[in-house]
Amino acid sequence: MKLDRPRITIYTPESSLTNPLKMLRDMCFDVYSGRGLALRLAIRDIKAQYRQAFFGILWALILPLANTATWIFLNRTGIVSVGNTELPYPIYVFTGTMIWAIFMDALNAPLVQTTAAKSMLAKINFPREALIISGILQTLFNGSIKTILLIAILFLFGVYPDWHLILFPLVAMSMVLAGTTIGLLITPIGLLYTDIGKGIPLVMQFLMFVSPVVFPMPTVGWAAKIFEMNPLTPLILTARGWLTGMPTEALGSFLIINLVFFVVLLAVSVIYRLAMPIMIERIGS
Amino acid sequence: MDKKTNPIYSAEMFPTDPDVLVKVEGTCKKFCRDLKKSLWYGAQDIANELTPWTRNAERHANLRPEEFWAVNNVSFELRRGECLGLIGRNGAGKTTLLKMLNGLIKPDKGRIEMRGRVGALIALGSGFNPILTGRENIYVNASVLGLSKKQIDNKVEEIIDFAEIEEFISSPVQTYSSGMKVRLGFAVATALEPDILLLDEVLAVGDLKFRVKCYNKIDEMRKKASVIFVSHSIEHIGRICNSTLVLNKGKTIYYGNVSNGLETYSRQSDSIDHKPFKKNFPPIKSIILSTNKIKYNYGEEVILLVEIDTNEEIFINFRFVIFEYPSRIVAGEINSIGLGLPNITIKKGSQKLIMKIPALNLKAGKYTIAHNFFSLGNHLISVGEAKNTIQVKGSGIGETHNQIPIVSCN
Repeated sequence: MKLDRPRITIYTPESSLTNPLKMLRDMCFDVYSGRGLALRLAIRDIKAQYRQAFFGILWALILPLANTATWIFLNRTGIVSVGNTELPYPIYVFTGTMIWAIFMDALNAPLVQTTAAKSMLAKINFPREALIISGILQTLFNGSIKTILLIAILFLFGVYPDWHLILFPLVAMSMVLAGTTIGLLITPIGLLYTDIGKGIPLVMQFLMFVSPVVFPMPTVGWAAKIFEMNPLTPLILTARGWLTGMPTEALGSFLIINLVFFVVLLAVSVIYRLAMPIMIERIGS
Repeated sequence: MDKKTNPIYSAEMFPTDPDVLVKVEGTCKKFCRDLKKSLWYGAQDIANELTPWTRNAERHANLRPEEFWAVNNVSFELRRGECLGLIGRNGAGKTTLLKMLNGLIKPDKGRIEMRGRVGALIALGSGFNPILTGRENIYVNASVLGLSKKQIDNKVEEIIDFAEIEEFISSPVQTYSSGMKVRLGFAVATALEPDILLLDEVLAVGDLKFRVKCYNKIDEMRKKASVIFVSHSIEHIGRICNSTLVLNKGKTIYYGNVSNGLETYSRQSDSIDHKPFKKNFPPIKSIILSTNKIKYNYGEEVILLVEIDTNEEIFINFRFVIFEYPSRIVAGEINSIGLGLPNITIKKGSQKLIMKIPALNLKAGKYTIAHNFFSLGNHLISVGEAKNTIQVKGSGIGETHNQIPIVSCN
């Protein structure tokens, strides 16, 4: 029998931020030791998700397609007047909603995963970071299915991507990075107050309208300013550009925004880690 | 009986004992009665946690409106091989204390030190997904409890065997009966091999046969670990513990040996949810435990003499525990269920029961001997300790564990 060296754990009321180095070391250890668990949980959820659904993988496609159909309808009938787009509008809106769906998946994952694991969190001590990583893995898995379907549909529409397509996974991952960062930021308070969970769709709806998802970039007025200030704009433009073989010149801001999101994600992970015992205490089982 | 604390257990006696696996010092935890306030305090606590350099953290230690101490200044120590029974009425703070020991929530005051790997049999089958098969769920559950894929691969057959569900292992868990789920959960949890084992009311489930199996498994795990056991059942506490901590409204009201602890608990419980527990519960009128000698050599045979007076004929299982004196570290144990011995019949009336322990393999020192008797349904019917201590001489090292005793009646 293998004997581990005895690990002494000490619990005190002090914030673990008083010893930041130790906290970071513990956090890295937990992320590392939780990797197997994260994978296991992701496999569990993906299996369960598809085993209980008749349409299975098709669901990844049905919602964005329905969304696209709605916007094409609104545009054709003139109820909503969308300006001119470089791409044919159906392709513009379809690629937009698919990319947006990946972002939303990533954004919802931390709160959804943590809430679903509530009873487990209240009773078992396991690396909680594994829940977040499991969420990311699931988003990546579902995102790749979405991407494959998306490319297949693009071919049907007669859009042939160029070599930039191989870069698409990169931009898809930065959508996931952005989504996870925002999602993880709201998770601690979202667990305490359900208002957060209810407010997200509202805020996200608005955010979608000020991103180049269904509307093209406005060129003048205050709307143009908002679009420009929106950190998601370069991500979505780059994503669509690489998909359709019409690369944009937003590469510089794309890189900067990724870097910013990455740094914020690290900070937010620390907040999540520190807040977890307090949340467990308040939410009970 | 009146003494509330037991001086034997004072922490100063063993300042650097490497076998002390759990050390709890003046631990407190507060909770809030009001949900709205509780959530608001939670948000404040998160802010304080993130800004430890501000003075807000000092206010942390005091009670805010609507708050109360759920665990108030609790201290104890536990060595390898010992089992502490945590008892008290609902809301006494047992589960909260267990959650702090498990690292789920932080103490508000005090300090907790845990040495080694902690295993908790608290939420059996947590993380089971109803749609997935039993085998798939073993992998998920065991990963949550901290086993790697390789470790699980090695243990999966053993787990299935223990749970006795071979034929259903490929069916979704939602088709399982509640008993089967619990069995599977227990089987996974026992694969852990922890240094510190936390048990919360786990023995209240499963059928009799499985419960006996659980007892034996816990007995086996206990030899290598420290156990903290929460239960409302005096039978269960008497069956596996060798010390008790009685809590009332978060405070320690007794910390010491099992029989006094159980008596404190039953006195406090009135007769509302428990029958008053007596040291010599009917049908036993009186019982006296003694040994044939005071001084023994290493490896010598020991004869235990039990003078017992009963109201009716009874069938019993027994357990003898040998404690080092005065530290009360468990040195040996003889357990009839663990050994698979048949029940002993004790006739109505007064009689003497003689038990021979073939070889007393204890290192030199002083010891006390305690007994627990159980009825057929595994109910604890008698707890007690020999009046005298015994002394062992010689240079042997070792433990007296589960030797087959020779029992005779007259």
